[in-house]
Amino acid sequence: MPESQRSDDGVQIDMISAERMDGLRTMEKIRLILDSVHEGNIVILEKGLDPDEESKLIEVTMSEISPDGFTGIEIETIPTGEETGLFGKLMGKSSKGKLTVIGPANRIETLHKDENLISTLIHDQ
Amino acid sequence: MGLLTNIKSSISTVTSSLFAGSEPKRIGIYGPPNAGKTTLANRIARDWTGDAIGPESHVPHETRRARRKEDVEIKRDGRTVSIDIVDTPGVTTKIDYEEFLEHDIEKEDAVRRSREATEGVAEAMHWLREDVDGVIYVLDATTDPFTQVNTMLIGIIESQDLPVLILANKTDLEDASVKRIRDAFPQHETIPLSALEGDNMDEVYDKIAEYFG
Repeated sequence: MPESQRSDDGVQIDMISAERMDGLRTMEKIRLILDSVHEGNIVILEKGLDPDEESKLIEVTMSEISPDGFTGIEIETIPTGEETGLFGKLMGKSSKGKLTVIGPANRIETLHKDENLISTLIHDQ
Repeated sequence: MGLLTNIKSSISTVTSSLFAGSEPKRIGIYGPPNAGKTTLANRIARDWTGDAIGPESHVPHETRRARRKEDVEIKRDGRTVSIDIVDTPGVTTKIDYEEFLEHDIEKEDAVRRSREATEGVAEAMHWLREDVDGVIYVLDATTDPFTQVNTMLIGIIESQDLPVLILANKTDLEDASVKRIRDAFPQHETIPLSALEGDNMDEVYDKIAEYFG
């Protein structure tokens, strides 16, 4: 579940550690992500998902799209090596994976992405 | 009974082994929407069977169900490669029916198309995990290949250990860049083509035979 309190006039960002995700099964991870995204939140995963989990995330996302409602997700990743960098330091550890940003498709827009940077614009609801 | 069952099982296993090599490989044609997947599928099917697979369109998500053409026999260098082509809906992480309204489609039809498209994408992902033996990944050479959907799909294909052939389509268009696609996925061979015009199809068939034969 989301780590922080929702604000009526702000954007909630849920930063989820690799350790938290490692303890979950595939569908639990997907529900954790999509439940938060359905609420309009932005989810940042320290480690990301493996390819099979990404495949299932797309599949479940498609099943939850509805007219005049949820239109899907925007997702971006950048690979991280052994050292996770700033996010890892914030979390107090390092791990291998891919830093992943996921948000509602109608709120989040990728402005720029390269190997080291994801720049996104978050629209008001 | 036990002995008879074992003999039947052994015969079945031997028979399966004898014919396993001759079964057509199921080759999924994957890629983002509007990359030209159905145009390619139709080109291959028409060249080798005389029939098309499905309608082509500039409207995204025209293909909303995986379509299959069985026993397509491609002849190269005196040998025949038999494949089943599976033309899949373009994969995306978002679908908004309002996109269809921009193509002069009425709301009711747009909602139906978007619903079918979501089901089609889910079906395509399921095929990829369970039911294909190889992948032809089609990209529009006039657009940026560095998208998250492309990165994720190539990653999913690689994780399944499936042979993958990347095709840089639409080389008949002026702003096509095959190099941009090669640079995006240097770990895989990229073949340029125009499925619409039929340009470089000989090389495409050579590679299909090499990768999936």
